[in-house]
Amino acid sequence: MDKVDAIIVGGGLAGLTAAYHLATAGRQVILLERGDAPGSKNVTGGRIYVDPIKDYLPGIIAEAPFERHVVKEIITVLDDDASVQLEYANDRWRSEPYMSYTVLRATFDGWLAEKVSEKGAFVIPKKKVDDLLWEEDRVVGIKAGDEEIGAHIVIAADGALSFMAEKAGLRKPLEPRNYAVAIKEIYRLDEKTIDDRFGLQPGEGTANLFVGAITRGMFGGGFLYTNRDTLSLGIVVGIGDLIQQKDPVAASLLMEEFAARPEVQRWIRGGELKEYAAHIISEAGAGGIPKLYTGGMLVAGDAAGFSLNLGLTVRGMEFAVASGAIAAGVADEALAKGDLSAAFLSRYEQKLKESFVLSDMETFRHARDVLENKRLFTVYPKFLSELLAALFTIGKGKKEPLYTSAKAAVRKYILNWEGCKDLFSVRKM
Amino acid sequence: MNVVVLVKQIPDPEALVAIGGDGVSLDIEQKFAMNLFDEFAIEEALRIKAKHAGKVKVITLGSRKAIEALRTGIAMGADEAVLLEDEAFLAGDGYATALVLSRAIAKEPFDIILCGRQAIDDDRGEVGPMVAQFLGLPHVGGILKLDVADGRAVAEVAVEGGKETVEVQLPALFTAQKGLNEPRVPLITGVMRAMKAQIARATAADLGLATAQAGRPGSKVKVVQYSPPKKKPAVQIIPGAPREAAIEAVRILMDVERVL
Repeated sequence: MDKVDAIIVGGGLAGLTAAYHLATAGRQVILLERGDAPGSKNVTGGRIYVDPIKDYLPGIIAEAPFERHVVKEIITVLDDDASVQLEYANDRWRSEPYMSYTVLRATFDGWLAEKVSEKGAFVIPKKKVDDLLWEEDRVVGIKAGDEEIGAHIVIAADGALSFMAEKAGLRKPLEPRNYAVAIKEIYRLDEKTIDDRFGLQPGEGTANLFVGAITRGMFGGGFLYTNRDTLSLGIVVGIGDLIQQKDPVAASLLMEEFAARPEVQRWIRGGELKEYAAHIISEAGAGGIPKLYTGGMLVAGDAAGFSLNLGLTVRGMEFAVASGAIAAGVADEALAKGDLSAAFLSRYEQKLKESFVLSDMETFRHARDVLENKRLFTVYPKFLSELLAALFTIGKGKKEPLYTSAKAAVRKYILNWEGCKDLFSVRKM
Repeated sequence: MNVVVLVKQIPDPEALVAIGGDGVSLDIEQKFAMNLFDEFAIEEALRIKAKHAGKVKVITLGSRKAIEALRTGIAMGADEAVLLEDEAFLAGDGYATALVLSRAIAKEPFDIILCGRQAIDDDRGEVGPMVAQFLGLPHVGGILKLDVADGRAVAEVAVEGGKETVEVQLPALFTAQKGLNEPRVPLITGVMRAMKAQIARATAADLGLATAQAGRPGSKVKVVQYSPPKKKPAVQIIPGAPREAAIEAVRILMDVERVL
C-alpha cells in the first residue's frame, strides 16, 4: 500500500497545529475533519491564553483572528434568588502583550486551517474516519467509508470522545463521572453595546464565571465571554451528577433557567440568539489520560484527555496546541529515523512531561476531588448570600449587631466538621 | 466520448442573503456550494465516461472563489476544469453567460454537454437551453435517464403525470433533473488530486469576445429591484406547566387567530 507520511484525524487545535508543523517540515500530511470545516463542530467557550502557545505557533500567532483581549474577570456566585458579584480588573492586562483573548473557534480554526493548507498539507473536511488500519501491532493508516489510506504515522486529534484512541485500545471505556456536558449559546449584540454594557474600551473583553444555584447542586457552572460583536453564554454540568439526580432535570432546561436569570439577562438582553450547541468535556484531569501512543500512532489534545478544570480557569486549548506541536516533532523525528515503533514514539510522553502539558496536569491531579465537592455549589453560595442578606437587611424590628449576624451565618454553614474538611481538601490544589 | 459539464457556484443554501441599500445588489454571506443540479450533471458525465471512455471537462464562469466548484468536480472524478474569469463577465444575465460558455465549449470537440436544469439561487433555468441555441444543438431539458450509443442519445424526461422518452443526435445538450442519479461523495484521494490540479483559465480575449458582448453590457435582462420575502411573525413561546400552556395555545388558536 502507498503511504503518506502522516494522517491527522481531527481539525481542531491539536490536529491543525500538528499538521502545521509536519507540513512545515516538508512532510506529506492529510488532515481529515468530520465537520463541514475545521472549527464547525467546536463548542469552546472560550478564551485562550497566549503565553503557553506562542512558541508552538511561532510567527503566525500575531495574525490570529482573536475576538477581544480580556481585561477583567467577573465572578458571580448565585443563590436561588440572590447573588454576589466580584469583579477583578487589572490595568496590566490592558496593554500589550495581552495575556488572554476571547476566541470564536469557527473563525480561529478556519484561519489556522488556511495557514496549514498554505504549508502544503491537505485539509479535507466532511470526512469521518471510521477505523484504523493495522499491520501486526502497528497502525498503518485509516479507513474512511470504503476508502483505505496508508500512513507511516497517524495522529489522533479527534476530540474528547476520541474513537481513534478507543479503536487503538489506548483508552479505557468512558465513565460518566469523567465528563461534563457543555451547552453554549451565541448572542449577537452590537459591538458598542457590548463595550458600554461591560464597561470596556474598544477591543477589550471580559471573562465571566457563574457558580451556585444554576447547576442545582451539581458539579459545574456557567460562563459568559465577550466576543467582538457576540456573546458566548454557556453552562457546564457534570454528567455523573446529571444522571444521578433524584428529580431529573435535563441540561437544556438548566441552560434555559441560567439564561433567564437576571444576573445573566443584564448582559445578554436585546441580543439575538444566533447559535446553540452542545458538547462534552473531559473533567477527569490527569486520571483520565489514556495511553498516549502505540506503534504508528500518537494521541493529542482533548483526545488525550488534556483538559484541566481548576474552577476559576478551565484550560484545554493551550494543551491542544502544545501537544499537537510536540506530537508533530516526535512524528517528524520518527519519520526521519524510519522508526515508528511504540518504543521510539514513547518519547512523545517524555516530551509532554517536560512541557507544561503533563506537568500541569500532574500538579493539579487532585483538583477534581476538590471541585467535585457539592458544597461548593450549594452551601458556600448560600452562606455568602445569607451573610450579605443579614448585613444589608434593615427591617421593622431591632437589628442584631452585625457581628452576631455574621457569626450565626458562619456557624450555620462554615464552622463545622464539613467546613474544616473542605478547608483541608483545598490544600490538594 | 467527451463530455462537458457546466457548473455554477451558488451561495450555500444556509448562507444569509440581504438586499443592498440600492435594491439591486445582494449582500451574501461568504459561504458557497456547488449547485445541486450540477452535481447530478457531473455524476452522469462520470458514468458516461466509465462506460464509453473519453474525458470529462468541467467549466464554470465566475470569480476566483468559483474554483472551489471546479475542484469539487475534479474531486468527484472530472479530468479537466476551466474557469472563465474576467471582469467583463461579471453581472451578466443568462444570455450573456450562455454566450461566454458556448464560446468556451466550442474551443474543443465534444459529444455531450450536461448541466443542471436550473441554478437553485436564481432558479431561471435559461442558461442550458441558450447554450444549446448558441451552438445550434438539440436540447433536452430535465432528464431523468440518459443512454448513449452510436452517436445518438435516448433520454427520459418527466412530463405531467408520466415520462417521455426522446432520442437525439449527438452532440447535444442535456439538463439534469433530480432523480437522474445519486451524486458520489468525493474520495480523499480525489480531493487530494483536486487540490493539486492546475485549473485552466480563459478571459474574454481568449474566447474572442468583446467586452460589450459579455457581462452587464451584453445582457438583455436587467434587474430592477429585489424585494425581500414577507417577514414571518415572531415565534411566541407560551410559558408555564405543559397542561396550562396547551390550554393557552388552544385558546389563542380559537379566540385570537381563529384558525380552529
